[in-house]
Amino acid sequence: MPQKLGYLKETPSQTAGPYVHIGLAPGAAGFEIYDQELGWDIAGPHAKGERIRVEGVVIDGIGSPIKDVLLEAWQANAAGTYPHPDRADETEEGFRGWGRVITDFDTGEWGFDTVKPGPVMGRNGQMMAPHINLWIVARGINLGLNTRLYFSDEAEANAQDPILNGIEWERRRDTLIAARAERDGQAVYRFDIQLQGEAETVFFDI
Amino acid sequence: MPGYPELYQRDRERHPPALTRDYKTSVARSPQNALISLENTASELTGPRFGHNDIDPIDSDLLANFAQPGESPIGERILLHGRVLDENARPVPNTLVEIWQANAGGRYRHKKDTYLAPIDPNFGGCGRTLTDADGAYVFRTVKPGAYPWRNWVNNWRPAHIHISVFGWAFAQRLITQCYFEGDPLIAKCPIVNTIPDPDAIDQLVAALDLNATIPLDTIAYKFDIVLRGARSTLFENRLEGN
Repeated sequence: MPQKLGYLKETPSQTAGPYVHIGLAPGAAGFEIYDQELGWDIAGPHAKGERIRVEGVVIDGIGSPIKDVLLEAWQANAAGTYPHPDRADETEEGFRGWGRVITDFDTGEWGFDTVKPGPVMGRNGQMMAPHINLWIVARGINLGLNTRLYFSDEAEANAQDPILNGIEWERRRDTLIAARAERDGQAVYRFDIQLQGEAETVFFDI
Repeated sequence: MPGYPELYQRDRERHPPALTRDYKTSVARSPQNALISLENTASELTGPRFGHNDIDPIDSDLLANFAQPGESPIGERILLHGRVLDENARPVPNTLVEIWQANAGGRYRHKKDTYLAPIDPNFGGCGRTLTDADGAYVFRTVKPGAYPWRNWVNNWRPAHIHISVFGWAFAQRLITQCYFEGDPLIAKCPIVNTIPDPDAIDQLVAALDLNATIPLDTIAYKFDIVLRGARSTLFENRLEGN
C-alpha cells in the first residue's frame, strides 16, 4: 500500500426538497422570522450600468413549469469585476453580485432585477462575454445545477466567448442566450431553463 | 486561472447522480445530456461573502428565534455543531451556513406542508450563522421528527436537517441533509439512497457527541461539512494564501 494522501472528501449533496423556502426564503414559506432575508438585492442602489430584469421558468421533462425551484445568481458588475474580497473596493458600495430568487407557487415564474454585467477576463487572456452564473436547486434535483445566462444583444461578444465556443453542439449554445425585450422602457431578458428534451439547457460541470 | 486558486475536480461519483428512479421526482427533473466540463474562471472561483451585518446572533438559536417570550418549542433539545472544512482539511472561516427542518412532530412550517402533525407555535424551523475563524458553527434546536412523504405509498423520511453552505467560491456551493446516528429509517430512505457510495452516506450521519452536550440541558450531535478544496498554485499570485 502506498502512503495515504490524507485529503478529506467533499460532503455529498442531497436535494433541497420542497421546503427549501423555510431556510432560504422564509417569507415565501409563510412566516416572518429574520430582520432581513438575504439575496433579494443583487446590485444595490449605487451600481453603474444598465438596470435590467431577468425572468423565466424552469421546465421539467413533462413540459411543466417547476413551482418549487430556487435559483441563485452570481455576476460581475458593469465593469466586469466580481465583488470578491481582493477586488471588493473596485465594485460599487452595496453591489453584492449575488442574489436568490424563488418561483411563484402558482405559475413557476421567477424574476430578478439587477444591472447588466460587463465582460469578464477568462482563462489565457480570453475575454468572456457578459454573463450571469446560475445555480438551480429543487425537489428532485439531487445536486445543484450550474448554468450561465448570456445576453442576446451581445452577439459579437457571444461569438467570441470561450465557454460558449467550448460547447461542441452549436445549436445547444442557444439555450444559454436570454432574449432581450423592452417593457415600459426597461430591458427584460427572458431565460427559460429546460431540464430535459430537445431544447435541454446546457448545464456545466464547474 | 491566475489570481484565484483552482478547485479540485468535483468527485461526482460521491454525489447522487441526477437520475435516481427510486426518488421519483428526479425522473422528470434530471438533465439527460452530459454536463459540459468548464475549466474554472473568475466566475466560478469567486463567490459572495457575508458578514455579521447580514445576520443576527439569535438566528442560530432555533429554540428562541421564533418562540414566544418565556416559551420554548416542544422536542428533544439538541446542539448541532461541527466545522466547515475543505478537502485539504483546512477550516473555511466566516462562511454562511443556513439550516431548515421540520419540528419535533415532523411538520414543517410551510404553507405547502399539510401533514397532520401539528405546527409548533414556538418553532419556526430555520437558522443561520457564520463559521468562526476555525470554521466552527453551532446551532441550538430540537431534533426533528420523521415524517411520511409521497414517493412510494409508504415512505418515511429519517429525521434530518437541511444544510446550505457557501464557501469562498461559487463552485463550492452545496446543499445537503444531516441525519442522526442510530436512525433505522436512514437505510430505508430513497433520498438517502440516491447516493451510491455507502461511505458517502455515512458522511451525512451526525454522531452523538456526549462531550459537547450540556448536562441536564441539551444533547449534542457533531456534523462536519467538507467543501471542495483548492490546489496550491506555487508559481501564481494567490488570493487565499493557502
